[in-house]
Amino acid sequence: MAIVKLILLGLIALFAALATDLGQDLAYRVHAVIIFVVAVGLFIRELRNVGEPAAPVPTDQYNDDVVRAGVIATAFWGIAGLTVGVLIALQLTFPVLNFDWAQPFGNFGRLRPLHTSAVIFAFGGNALIASSIYIVQRTSRTRLYGGNLVWFVFWGYQLFIVLAATGYLLGATQSKEYAEPEWYVDIWLTLVWVAYLVVFLGTIINRRERHIYVANWFFLAFIITVAMLHVVNNLAVPVSIWGSKSVQLFGGVQDAMTQWWYGHNAVGFFLTAGFLGMMYYYVPKQANRPVYSYKLSIVHFWALIFLYIWAGPHHLHYTALPDWASTLGMVFSVILWMPSWAGMMNGLMTLNGAWDKIRTDPIIRFLVASLAFYGMSTFEGPMMSIRAVNSLSHYTDWTVGHVHSGALGWNGMIIFAMIYFLTPRLWNRGAMYSNAAMNWHFWLAMIGIVLYAASMWVSGIMEGLMWREVDDQGFLVNSFADTVSAKYPMYLVRSLGGILYLAGAGIMCWNMWMTIRGYARVSQPVAQMTPPAGATAAPAE
Amino acid sequence: METYSTLRAFADSWFLIAMVAFFLGTWVYAFWPSLKSSRDAAASIPFRDDETGTGCTGSCETCTCNTDISKELRNG
Repeated sequence: MAIVKLILLGLIALFAALATDLGQDLAYRVHAVIIFVVAVGLFIRELRNVGEPAAPVPTDQYNDDVVRAGVIATAFWGIAGLTVGVLIALQLTFPVLNFDWAQPFGNFGRLRPLHTSAVIFAFGGNALIASSIYIVQRTSRTRLYGGNLVWFVFWGYQLFIVLAATGYLLGATQSKEYAEPEWYVDIWLTLVWVAYLVVFLGTIINRRERHIYVANWFFLAFIITVAMLHVVNNLAVPVSIWGSKSVQLFGGVQDAMTQWWYGHNAVGFFLTAGFLGMMYYYVPKQANRPVYSYKLSIVHFWALIFLYIWAGPHHLHYTALPDWASTLGMVFSVILWMPSWAGMMNGLMTLNGAWDKIRTDPIIRFLVASLAFYGMSTFEGPMMSIRAVNSLSHYTDWTVGHVHSGALGWNGMIIFAMIYFLTPRLWNRGAMYSNAAMNWHFWLAMIGIVLYAASMWVSGIMEGLMWREVDDQGFLVNSFADTVSAKYPMYLVRSLGGILYLAGAGIMCWNMWMTIRGYARVSQPVAQMTPPAGATAAPAE
Repeated sequence: METYSTLRAFADSWFLIAMVAFFLGTWVYAFWPSLKSSRDAAASIPFRDDETGTGCTGSCETCTCNTDISKELRNG
């Protein structure tokens, strides 16, 4: 086995070395250097281990090493992605921040996909991988299947992120939103994803629990559907094996439809189904109550995956796409409101009898805020998919605001809850180092989201109204540049919201650092500051 | 075009019926009265693992781990 690995790594290194020389564009050559360095590093590591006896595997313990790595990677990429987000928000406010010396790499056009991919796939993706691996082991009560394969999944995914991010900066993109990476990066991600499926499914098959817990249903739907979406949307023929450029298999409106079938289901299955898997574990676990209705969770699951897959065409109202198709997308988007709210209610009602914990438990507070934003954005989304509303909202900042109330509110808050839930458990600490810091984080994030969403609503609706305003002669009143200058104050507020949200995440990283390093903090938790007379303070969990 | 028409006719008829039937089947399954104990058992899965290891073995009918989570409710 070791010899096969060595030969394979050697061949990859050789090919990468050739590619650094023969590569036809900058991104491709830089990627070849990265792959060469990684392959040679792994080759040397493998060579040094030849003949060494394999370390014994503690089969009676969960494999949590990779979850620890995943939690740290989540925090790291979170800070990276949010920082780029703040930077591009400031670039829109102050265009001078597109520095001349940084062109073309520091241009808004190249940084924007870097931001979206970093927050969705790096921050969100690492959270999903870490959570799914933690949860599937505990709800199956068995050690993760596949041994070290999960390390291939983890590091392979980080390599995908690095290749994608550097590719954007260096100008390699197939210009499909949320699917910008070029062909070889796509092939690499497919390999990593199949390994992820093997690890996850193998663990479920090996389970010692009769039932498959509902969270695992959602994770499985997320993994399988993302594989399908990724492969179909990235069908492309490379121009040359020595270059990053490729040509899409589909053209015209077929390509647009495929892209938004992918794009909307990236939201539906990556940012919704996978995160609902997290919700169905962390909310009951933290509230210490089983999920409100298991019946509802079954209906929720099937309704969500049956409906979401059809909603994509609502991104293509008033385009070359036939009306029947965009109407179909709109109808399914509106119906989708029901399972979305069923899931939100199921999560919130789990707190029945434990509502007091919102006041005392910061993790519950993050979870409840997350579910509230899930409910809000899954109401706003169907409304915006209606053709008449879309004619006002589309291409405006309203869309941006909607996406961020979902991403910062629903996804971000639940990831923060996950980090605060997992960090003390994974490093065997009693609790997070500072309760107060968690509360600071919560309020900074909340105020940040409110500033962000509110400013984008105002900006988007104003923009939409200005674009369609005509005078009594039927001429358009405003030029495009008029709308840009009118948006300046809202852009300023939006940037401030982003800065607050980033600051909260920074506090979280400090808190994580102190917790993991094992600093003990001798102070009463906030909840216990004023115990009722005669009551003894309960120890922090 | 002929392939398209054939597939389209199939999608609009039999496959549509199959999908709707499957979807309605999931509702029937979700509400099937005699499966209540299974649903309760599944809902309590997150509370059966212990933090130190894979814990008790075997199916939940025979294992000795605590499945009555109401005894485990903690405050604060």
